[in-house]
Amino acid sequence: MRTGYPFCKTLLALGKCRHDAESLRKRGMIETAFTPFQSLAGGVLIGLAAVLLMWTLGRVMGATGILAGLLAPASVYDFGWRAALLAGMVTGPVAYLAVTGEMPPIEVPVSTPMLLIGGFIVGVGVTFGSGCTSGHGVCGMARLSKRSIVATLSFMVTTAATVYVIRHVFGG
Amino acid sequence: MRILSIYLIGLVFGIGIVISGMANPAKVLNFFDFFGIWDPSLIFVMGGAVTVAFFGYRLVLPRPRPIFEGRFQLPTATRLDARLIGGSALFGVGWGIAGFCPGGALPALGTGRIEVILFTAALLAGIFVARGLQARLRNRNSSAATTGA
Repeated sequence: MRTGYPFCKTLLALGKCRHDAESLRKRGMIETAFTPFQSLAGGVLIGLAAVLLMWTLGRVMGATGILAGLLAPASVYDFGWRAALLAGMVTGPVAYLAVTGEMPPIEVPVSTPMLLIGGFIVGVGVTFGSGCTSGHGVCGMARLSKRSIVATLSFMVTTAATVYVIRHVFGG
Repeated sequence: MRILSIYLIGLVFGIGIVISGMANPAKVLNFFDFFGIWDPSLIFVMGGAVTVAFFGYRLVLPRPRPIFEGRFQLPTATRLDARLIGGSALFGVGWGIAGFCPGGALPALGTGRIEVILFTAALLAGIFVARGLQARLRNRNSSAATTGA
């Protein structure tokens, strides 16, 4: 078991936070290692891809926009570049496999019904909110767009609140 | 040439996503679990991505036009309306439930994992339903405008 969860200690003292192996397993929580360098490298590549897309096509790299555009493409050309971009994205894990010899870790501590409900809500939310983590959180923030900064704050707060409620109110 | 370049840009994004941990729901959910098993790694993803994009955009956007297109197509909306804030808030709820966001799930599709496929199917259903709702709202607003109501 990993030690040193800073905020948890406070709750632990109040008897409100348990992260011994058994209570984590019961709540479907999976511990993950802190990977600052790997995550930073990944972030740099994400940023680089966003810059390259702006340089070549003059567009923001938003997964929501790319996907929504694929569902209702404006033209054959429009469909073509979106499909090429998506094909590149999907090849990412294969490149990872080629270099490391294994698929990237995907651990899903969530039941299938929750995965489906969550996915549906994400789809509705990003459509009305006109973007997601990549569009608002990376590209919009980098352009210092007021809308994107507000959107990012909005979803960060509700994501944290949702995780808190699921894990520590219902799951505690 | 153009399609190959775009494919490679998608590949850079996909590799970035999978090595960053954004495609791993356990890691994403732990990032938001401040009062539990907090894993701060994803701060470095966003920090790295936003920093590179911030400086990169400053090099690219002053150019007369993008390489393959006639002009840059940046979002033009500026209003902070309920739709933006409410939609984003809703997205956060879904993200906190499932642990996948669209940018994390699309590259993860390449692993062929059933969980990713199910999430993406539900995501597409949500986008589809929301677009239908938006179209209905637009129609109602425009007919209300023409009747003066």
